[in-house]
Amino acid sequence: MAKSGTLILNAAARLLLPLQLLFSLFLLLRGHDEPGGGFIAGLVAAAAFALYLFAFGRRPLSRMLAVSPRDLVAMGLLLGVGSTLPAWWVGEPFFTAQWWTIPIIDFKASTVLIFDVGVYLVVVGSVLTAITALVKTDQHEDER
Amino acid sequence: MQLAVLGGFAMASLAPLLHQWFGAQTPRVMALLPAAIAAWLLGQWPVIAAGEVLLLEWAWVPGLDITLTFLIDGLSWLFALLITVIGALVLVYSGEYLHGHRDLPRFLVVITAFMMSMLGLVLADNLVTLFVFWELTSITSYLLIGFNHTDPAARKAALQGLFVTVGGGLALLAGFVMLAVAGDSWSLAELVQRGETLRDHALYTPLLLCVLIGAFTKSAQFPFHFWLPNAMAAPTPVSAYLHSATMVKAGIYLLARLHPALGGTELWVTTLSLVGALTMATGAFLAIRHTNIKTLLAYSTVMALGTLTMLLGLGTPQALTAFVVFLLAHSLYKGALFMVAGILDHETGTKDVTAMGGLRRAMPRTAAVAGAAALSLAGLPPLLGFVGKEAMLASVLAAEAWRPLILLLAFTAAFLTLAVAAIVALRPFFGAPRETPTSPHEAPSAMLAGPALLAALSLVFGLAPGLLDPLVAATLAGIGAPASGVHLALWHGLNLPLALSLLSLALGLLTYRYWDRLRARLACLAPLMARGPEAGYEALMAGMVAFAGWQTRLLQNGHIRNYLAMTLLVLVGLVGHALFFRHTFTLDVDLDVYLHEAVVAGLMVAGAVAACVMRSRLAAVAALGTMGFSIALTFVLFSAPDLAITQLLVETLTVILLVLVLFRLPRFATLSTPLERLRDLAVAALTGGLITLLMLSVLSGERLPRISDYMVANSQPLGHGHNIVNVILVDFRALDTLGEMFVLALAATGVYAMLRFHARDHATARPAPPRESDDG
Repeated sequence: MAKSGTLILNAAARLLLPLQLLFSLFLLLRGHDEPGGGFIAGLVAAAAFALYLFAFGRRPLSRMLAVSPRDLVAMGLLLGVGSTLPAWWVGEPFFTAQWWTIPIIDFKASTVLIFDVGVYLVVVGSVLTAITALVKTDQHEDER
Repeated sequence: MQLAVLGGFAMASLAPLLHQWFGAQTPRVMALLPAAIAAWLLGQWPVIAAGEVLLLEWAWVPGLDITLTFLIDGLSWLFALLITVIGALVLVYSGEYLHGHRDLPRFLVVITAFMMSMLGLVLADNLVTLFVFWELTSITSYLLIGFNHTDPAARKAALQGLFVTVGGGLALLAGFVMLAVAGDSWSLAELVQRGETLRDHALYTPLLLCVLIGAFTKSAQFPFHFWLPNAMAAPTPVSAYLHSATMVKAGIYLLARLHPALGGTELWVTTLSLVGALTMATGAFLAIRHTNIKTLLAYSTVMALGTLTMLLGLGTPQALTAFVVFLLAHSLYKGALFMVAGILDHETGTKDVTAMGGLRRAMPRTAAVAGAAALSLAGLPPLLGFVGKEAMLASVLAAEAWRPLILLLAFTAAFLTLAVAAIVALRPFFGAPRETPTSPHEAPSAMLAGPALLAALSLVFGLAPGLLDPLVAATLAGIGAPASGVHLALWHGLNLPLALSLLSLALGLLTYRYWDRLRARLACLAPLMARGPEAGYEALMAGMVAFAGWQTRLLQNGHIRNYLAMTLLVLVGLVGHALFFRHTFTLDVDLDVYLHEAVVAGLMVAGAVAACVMRSRLAAVAALGTMGFSIALTFVLFSAPDLAITQLLVETLTVILLVLVLFRLPRFATLSTPLERLRDLAVAALTGGLITLLMLSVLSGERLPRISDYMVANSQPLGHGHNIVNVILVDFRALDTLGEMFVLALAATGVYAMLRFHARDHATARPAPPRESDDG
């Protein structure tokens, strides 16, 4: 199942995917002040990829992703742990948030944002790991 | 210094990359770091020699009193120097030993990480930090013992070492907590000042026993000694480094460090000196039963570790001086001998000493190094080992309690060790040449440099032990002994220790002479050996597996309703108890419900009821979905947009997952009896009722100050964010979130592994189950 969808589904998935990803990035970046954040944005992105998976199957999805979802999880964890270190470096207690303002675009960069990106990647990676694993076993059985 | 250690961990993770750049030279490049740290330590020598204590402070989690402060005094300086110098030598050596090995980068990653953990362990001032490094050494040791992971014996030995040391680590953690409570500090520098208070504290006995279990397991004391010889499954550089020079001395280091805080009581003296003496004799006796050169050396390490423990137990200034000298001597000669053993293995292709002979012609330089190191092991002049052994025997002769027993055990150990030294140094190199699997030739100088340097140091310090006086004095200050008037000498005149040495020399040589015959005789002890502590370990492991199986079958029998019932009943019990007995339960709510709220609540109830009574799976799922979306609606009504979005997305993804699994599920059927369903209904009603009461009780009566007020007030000033939920998640409670991230990652790994193995099992073992789809 889920190898290839109908024409409408395929076209919709192709069109919706970039929009959904853009929306998830939007949610991720505005999360600190408005409803959103890494967890929600991660779920949106995962749903977007899931739609693509339903439309085109597992192989096209992994071709598009280029990295395994499990590596996304690992990267997310690394970012999460890594975001704790700058505070340590400047001699503040472990995990104290650090803020920098990037001057020209007036963007608030922070370890908090790095951490949130870590959450985002872990959520996307975990959900996709589970879903692709389920599809994989399906296809495995189909092949026999 | 902290940066050097942390940088070391970073370098460890970069080892594969370095290997791409430097190829076979990588180990030498990486050896520069420990060499640099050693140079830095040597630069601090004037300060240390003056008796000062360096405290390099660095906060970590000040709220929990956890610091990354390093404490450098004579004791930690000596250990750190041994770790870095031998570490650098071992890295260079392993570059040759594992030359061209496919997994060299992996080896470098783990051994460098181990090196840094060990360095952190001996330098840490904080008990928590020390414990973290302690466990890191156990884990890296596990990975190194199991380096040849295709060999089941290596895997088993690795697991055994891990279980024993980590089991002891648990006891150690408990001991540390009690220590911190009793001494009212987590800092070692402060704790060692509070010996009086600690020794009189009610917790003294339990905390000492816990700490001792931790130290004894790590340092392979009887009856935990069995893991160390098995750990010889590791590559030889690992044996030389972890299992003789450094890691197994972690327990010894801890005991020495805590000596001023906990030592000197009757319990301390009796336990340490008896366990130590027993370990000495056991190690030496078990050694001569073996012909594998690494096993021989491993048991003699057990013997040496026992000696160190015993000397710490005796605790007299004389014994502590002997402790320091013996510690240094052992690190030097044992490191050298293990590396020689690796050379022999590398050149001849066998580890069995009885299979080697006459190698001195093919490898004269190796023979010389082995001879010098073995003389030190044997405790013969003019090597440092002799100074150590004389001091040891002298302090045993001065022991106050249990003198005859300890003396007997120590003397037995001494002459058997001499026999071991003779076996290791004479057997392979003298006698008639023998055919070995590969034809031997002299070892490359990179392999020989390390052991040669260590053996040379043994010789220099043996000829002029006076050179060590300031070092011994500084170390003694760290152990809490009077440091004045230390004077080491090779020649003490004709005295009782010397006489004992001569006697042990004679007995040792006799043992060597008749070793082959003796070994045959000792073979009849095999059935007895099979009942040793290792059998206890095996029984414990089997028992644990059986217990785990029993309780899994009892609690996790595959019926999800049982899991749920169990979880919910425990919840009801705990929450109910707290609600009704710990607090005064009041109900005082004026329910003021709007129509639209009632509608949403009604939808939820309808969804729940429908999900229970539906006869089709898809309908039940749809009913559950109704409930989920109603909950999301509730979040919207009570202005929690983040929760609402999350709930909606989770519902959506649930649908996706269901689509994927729905057609694989068996036919929708009622499997439970009416009675069981009645029981489930009761559990559900109980849980629901209790949670409702809890909510109502929270809303009524007097309100405690709410944590959310703090969050609301500080979200913008401290967290720079208006979205309180997100600020809590990524800033105020970020540590919790980090934990959740790991949980999520573990869950994903679990799902992946389960589905993959499931699929593989299906593909290989069983025919595919008949595919049924009900209404999907």
